[in-house]
Amino acid sequence: MAEQRYWEDIEVDAPVPPLMKNATPRQLVQWAGASGDYYEIHYHEKTALANMLPGIIVHGALKGAWLGQLLSDWVGEKGRVKKYSVSYRSMDVPGDSLTLTGKVTKKYVDGKDHVVEAEIWLQNGKGEKTTPGTAVVVFPSKK
Amino acid sequence: MTQGSVITDEMKKAIGVESEPTIVLIEKEPIRRFAAAIGDNNPLYRDEEYAKKLGYRSIIAPPGYQPQYSFPIKVPQMRAEAGPRFRLPFTRNLNGGDEYEFFQPIQAGDVLSITRRLGDVYERDGRMGKMLFTINETVFRNQKGEIVLIMRGTGISY
Repeated sequence: MAEQRYWEDIEVDAPVPPLMKNATPRQLVQWAGASGDYYEIHYHEKTALANMLPGIIVHGALKGAWLGQLLSDWVGEKGRVKKYSVSYRSMDVPGDSLTLTGKVTKKYVDGKDHVVEAEIWLQNGKGEKTTPGTAVVVFPSKK
Repeated sequence: MTQGSVITDEMKKAIGVESEPTIVLIEKEPIRRFAAAIGDNNPLYRDEEYAKKLGYRSIIAPPGYQPQYSFPIKVPQMRAEAGPRFRLPFTRNLNGGDEYEFFQPIQAGDVLSITRRLGDVYERDGRMGKMLFTINETVFRNQKGEIVLIMRGTGISY
């Protein structure tokens, strides 16, 4: 685990520390089994091609879970993810180098919570944001 | 000229009607398997002793965990209890996106009661004609009746 960050250290417009992923077909099968999503377009090329896809594609919910990992790693064990949303705008394929990251948009105190809001996204090897979203997280405070 | 609406009275009536619950037990091994599938080696999702030191009863589920796909203990017996159904006007479907709102961490040993409801339905004119958006809300309550997670998924039919 990375070091614990505190709310006071987070600056608006600062990047969310990136997380790199590169899914193999094997990982997609592993995800299918672990999540229970057995739709064939994620592991059976013939079905994917018949659905006018370029080949097998990465599960949307796996990309969503990676964004969850990005946020949990960022807030650390003393922080908390309150809410995040993800929009599956374009597809991603196995073998591509994917980067998950984001940018802080706001920080404020809400009652006891030291809140940070961010835009988050997954970008493909060409730098295209295929999977954008937003997040609301809570960091511990030094005070 | 715009085409007529594809939203039927059947759909409008379905909005907000909650299904009977599906009951699932959150178990340790599926959490570990799920974390491995993401490629997340956070010990909170694997090592019970470690999680206990941080005040949890057992290992916790990572964000994005899909308890609705656990093999259930109990499911609604009657088709009608599984929530209202309606015919979609199109045959092609896409998963548009998901929203996760967390209230408490999901811990191994939790018995979750899962209910679903259609949150909203609306239509848009797209490049390929009309598109129907359905917002499906899934609410997860723990053994104390406390909401631990709300998921909102956007389905797109076109």
